[in-house]
Amino acid sequence: MPDSTLLNLQDVTVHYGVICATEKVSFSVASGEIVTLIGANGAGKSTTLRAISGLLKPSSGTITFEGENIVGETPNVIVSKGIVHAPEGRGIFLNLSIEENLDLGAWTNPDSDSVKQQLEYVFKLFPRLLERRKQNAGTLSGGEQQMLAIGRALMAKPQLLLLDEPSLGLAPQLIELIFEIICEINKRGTTVLLVEQNAHQALEIAHRGVVLETGKVVLEGPASELKKSEAVQKAYLGG
Amino acid sequence: MVEFFQHIVNGLSLGSTYALIALGYTMVFGVLQLINFAHGDVFMLGAFIGMYTAYALALHTSPSLAALMITLLAAMAGCAIIGFLIERFAYRPLRNAPRINVLITAVGVSLFLEFSGQIIFGADPKFFPQVYQPQGDWMIAGVRLNPLQVINFTISVTLMLVLQFVVFKTRLGRALRAVSFNHELASLMGIPTNRIISLTFVLGSILAGAAGVLVALSYPKIDPLMGIMPGIKAFAAAVLGGIGNITGAVIGSFILGLAEQLIVAYGAPTYRDALAFVILILILLVKPAGIMGVHRAEKV
Ligand SMILES: Nc1ncnc2c1ncn2[C@@H]1O[C@H](COP(=O)(O)OP(=O)(O)OP(=O)(O)O)[C@@H](O)[C@H]1O
Ligand SMILES: [Mg+2]
Repeated sequence: MPDSTLLNLQDVTVHYGVICATEKVSFSVASGEIVTLIGANGAGKSTTLRAISGLLKPSSGTITFEGENIVGETPNVIVSKGIVHAPEGRGIFLNLSIEENLDLGAWTNPDSDSVKQQLEYVFKLFPRLLERRKQNAGTLSGGEQQMLAIGRALMAKPQLLLLDEPSLGLAPQLIELIFEIICEINKRGTTVLLVEQNAHQALEIAHRGVVLETGKVVLEGPASELKKSEAVQKAYLGG
Repeated sequence: MVEFFQHIVNGLSLGSTYALIALGYTMVFGVLQLINFAHGDVFMLGAFIGMYTAYALALHTSPSLAALMITLLAAMAGCAIIGFLIERFAYRPLRNAPRINVLITAVGVSLFLEFSGQIIFGADPKFFPQVYQPQGDWMIAGVRLNPLQVINFTISVTLMLVLQFVVFKTRLGRALRAVSFNHELASLMGIPTNRIISLTFVLGSILAGAAGVLVALSYPKIDPLMGIMPGIKAFAAAVLGGIGNITGAVIGSFILGLAEQLIVAYGAPTYRDALAFVILILILLVKPAGIMGVHRAEKV
């Protein structure tokens, strides 16, 4: 689907000082897809997301969003283009209330009607957040913070949502719910790039998968094929 | 007893001045983890801008509350610009530099302002024009109130309430608190962090500028080094309250102002300037993060 490419990474190499975290990573995400990025700890998954959202500047390579090169743009500009990154480790403003966290998620959304709509949608997805909206986000449990992180990412009505391990540290039931919600968000028109340790479940909902190994793309293809691939089975699916 | 109340009033007035300065320290520390040593000098510049404005507009020839307000607004506006420039040209280029570099730069900026002040304004003290001259004292319930101190207190508290509103009730304030929690995270919300940091310096400098005029009104001899001592004490008050915490800075400042006034009245006036540090040490022994300071715990 080359004509509907939303995001494209071409030979993206990222260094932390002298350490090379990703090397010539290339893949693309088409509009409307869920693409999952899987790989072992330290493979460079978070690094790749951070490069896309502008938190890290690649030492070489290009990243285009809707055909436009976004390398070198600041994170806040990239957000305003429609890419929202829910970072690893939840990233909740623990000094703000739940409501304030959600409001900040809508920072780039100038349309107050749409903000209201999104807020209602988020509260419908996570009724717990509605009950406690005036409370300090620091009082939420880990799982509730994860819900808040996802809810907040939705507030901007992103075109492309980057999710870094949204299921980390959650009870199985909640993981199920989170994956369902990701599917639903996607059906409502948001393209998703999903980083997951839960490769099995991620491949279940994703259209395509990209496998990273020590900073390099080693495998890429439709999720159904990756699930069957022996290499993936052995490395990530415990098969 | 009446005398005691008078000391309390004086202490509150002094404390409110410290609070205006301390808020700038604490907000800048909140967003940048930087001790802005130049902040006391912005306070000094506020006094000088006030002085030049008063002379230029001949405000001292007809002292009134309106004249005071014009002087205040000029100083606040001037300091807003100075605060913006300090951040833009001294600190922003060092955003990713090691903390020690930024610290040394802050000391450099402070010395630059003090000695530029000596060159431009002259090193000898100047007389601050009396833009507001209340007649006599006010008697309320047997307590003799110096109108200047009442005005000083009222204006300071009003400004603090405005700041409180901006920080806790507006969109920009929310962004400011987000940036002070974590720059990277704030930028992922789409918040232009650099602009919010500028705003923080501007807000802090506005308050320091107002403090400069208010202090000069009560102690009308001003000189380019006048910001050093109040700067250090306001900083001590900010640490006392828990640096980075806005409410803490106000509480710390009032404690300091009251304590200073009482030690001058009843104890040993010579120890006045040391007192800030004695209190600071005592409180930090009990609460290392300051009165309102909290250690943030991440949930895992
Ligand atoms: N701030 C940093 N400084 C230096 N090296 C880093 C930094 N962050 C990550 N790295 C290194 O870059 C490589 C890729 O890290 P990254 O965080 O992208 O891995 P990941 O695939 O997200 O792993 P995980 O599944 O554990 O989250 C690792 O070798 C890591 O040690
Ligand atoms: Mg990671």
